Amino acid sequence: MAIDVRRLEAGQVIDGFHLVEPLDPGGMANFWRVTKPGLDLPMVMKIPLLRPGEDPITIIGFEAEQMIMARLTGPHVPRFVAAGDFESPYVVMEFIDGRPLRSLLPHMPCAAEEVAEIGIQVAFALDDLHRQNVLHLDVKPSNIILRPNGIAALIDYGLSHHTLLPDLIGEEIDGPVGTAPYVAPEQVLGDRFEPRSDIFALGVVMYFLVTGERPFGDPQRAPEWRHRLWRDPHPPRHWNKAVPPWLQEAILRCLEVDPDARYATAAQLAFDLKNPDQMVLTERARRLRRDGAMTVLLRRLASRRLKYVRRVRHQPALTRAPIIAVAVDLSPQAEALDGPLRQAVMRVLATEPAARLACVNVLKTARIGLDPMEDAQGRNPHLQRLVELRHWAHTLPIDPDRVTFHVLEDTDPARALVEFGLNSRIDHIVMGARGSSTMRRFLGSVSAQVVAQARCTVTVVRAPQTGLAIGEPGALQLGTDSDLGG
Amino acid sequence: MRIALMTDVHGNREALSACLEHAERHRVDRYVFLGDYVGYGADPGWVADAVMARVDAGAVAVLGNHDAGVTNPDERMNDVAAEAIAWTRTQLSPAQVDFLSTLPLVVEDGSRLYVHASAYASAAWPYVTDLYSASKSLMATTAQVTFCGHTHVPNLFHMSMTGKFAGFEPVDRVEMPLTRQRRWLAVIGAVGQPRDRNPAACYAVLDDERDVLTYFRVPYDIEAAARKIRAAGLPPILAQRLFQGF
Repeated sequence: MAIDVRRLEAGQVIDGFHLVEPLDPGGMANFWRVTKPGLDLPMVMKIPLLRPGEDPITIIGFEAEQMIMARLTGPHVPRFVAAGDFESPYVVMEFIDGRPLRSLLPHMPCAAEEVAEIGIQVAFALDDLHRQNVLHLDVKPSNIILRPNGIAALIDYGLSHHTLLPDLIGEEIDGPVGTAPYVAPEQVLGDRFEPRSDIFALGVVMYFLVTGERPFGDPQRAPEWRHRLWRDPHPPRHWNKAVPPWLQEAILRCLEVDPDARYATAAQLAFDLKNPDQMVLTERARRLRRDGAMTVLLRRLASRRLKYVRRVRHQPALTRAPIIAVAVDLSPQAEALDGPLRQAVMRVLATEPAARLACVNVLKTARIGLDPMEDAQGRNPHLQRLVELRHWAHTLPIDPDRVTFHVLEDTDPARALVEFGLNSRIDHIVMGARGSSTMRRFLGSVSAQVVAQARCTVTVVRAPQTGLAIGEPGALQLGTDSDLGG
Repeated sequence: MRIALMTDVHGNREALSACLEHAERHRVDRYVFLGDYVGYGADPGWVADAVMARVDAGAVAVLGNHDAGVTNPDERMNDVAAEAIAWTRTQLSPAQVDFLSTLPLVVEDGSRLYVHASAYASAAWPYVTDLYSASKSLMATTAQVTFCGHTHVPNLFHMSMTGKFAGFEPVDRVEMPLTRQRRWLAVIGAVGQPRDRNPAACYAVLDDERDVLTYFRVPYDIEAAARKIRAAGLPPILAQRLFQGF
């Protein structure tokens, strides 16, 4: 049955979906709240406006969205429910009853803390999308919805690219595709394989929210999109003195013209925004004005040789720049593990040059909130642990701007590590096994619990055991005791 | 229904066995063979029997240029191919020859088309290797999806609603949605003699309820297949190239 978009009305039924009420129309489609017996999630039907002579982006974008949305999962994407056929094109997806980021625009400039929190949530959403091999390529306030629990969902995959599937938009459209204020410089030059384009767009969103100004304006003609190749934006503090230097650092790093100068992954951006006190501030944080006319002119001349060329990569560009966490036990009993743990971390760092390292120690508390701020000697145990952690890491071969230090306080060390791994999107936890099996027997195995519950890779390091041969008691205890470590 | 698409077996028993076993493990309901069962490899009879048995059980098989060459020598064939076909003729039973020579050139199956080389000038065996040759095939049929082989290189060509052509190198084990808005030409790589520098056997599975096509690379005992080619006195290059996948 062909759908006549001009004659849709409440009560109408399309392929079993009952039209309830129309929502705000988007530029290229009509949206209706729908229900279907047997499906009890809130749903929205998107019906594209496919008129004869319609812009190919609308037609192909709808096809691309169907193709990509059906393959995405998780809380950052509206759940795909159904798609119509060739004759009656529509997509039915989960209706996300949240706060569209667009609704914040009248309240700009927003507080730095709020913008950072939004930045973290959108970066988590992008990280999740990128891990599913999808680049959104049209990140902007109207495509971001904050769920009631604070999690960000990204909608509208009409310009997106799944790097393992044919790039329908890239094949169809000759020339750059995107939304003028948000499109990344490399998109302007024809690259649709760059996940860090989404990080650029998120930088524009954060800049806009915290200053009320768009960093590159809203150029109406596509040739003007090129200006962002040479014209740097005013630093956010130029507009809003209340922007803290660390947030300016993060935003301007997202807005770097060269993708290599941006954050390597969205997870790393989120990590910085979550730990502003540990960010290494560069000249970006202190910048007060944009570059002078001569610098800009030279950049403009240099960029003349950059032409639009459609770039196709056979290998997906989703570089994995992982975040590694090492759980360091600072107690005297763990000294034997110190060398092996350090070695294990160095091995991982050697194979992952872009990795970041989070050094973690758990301060075990009796009960949350009841422990004294000082110990018997008048020292703050939290600060003391931080000092010791820094000392532990100072000989590791890694740039200081890629290491952070975290003392977690919890009654349950394993739970603290698992939660830290989840909340900071850690890719790999390296930790020691508690040595003595008697201790393990009474206290339970921290590493076994982390191995069982963490969502990421976990390496458990042991101190070398000497003088044991296979067959001796204590040499092989698999099956008698949890031998995943103590 | 899950449909396995296999092409260019070329008498390679080891490669075909590995693919059939793989397809069974992936719960395939139906088989479609896209031609060139014989030529190059050392087990043409075994392969012909295996395909015949499945055709008797409802599978589809179309004719390839090497199969046609068994009864009608093709002057355009290169020396190595012609030598292999001459040897193959001595290995096939009359029933096998009869089976091969009576295969259809093209089979239409609803909105799908099965053909060995191209929907355009099928009997002249043109190669679909680039956008131009792909566009000719796509324009020569109204089928929504065409499946072919012949080039020994997997490729997925498509034409949008606005008439734009594009090609794509399919990625191993990634489900490719064949959207209804578009016409598709899936070139399935070879089971028995891959030429895309990946020596593993190649075939694909179509899920026609979900409209997704998945290409699979299947490792097989190349050493055994090559040893038999040498033992049969076939040109040694036919054994060597299996290891290189080229």
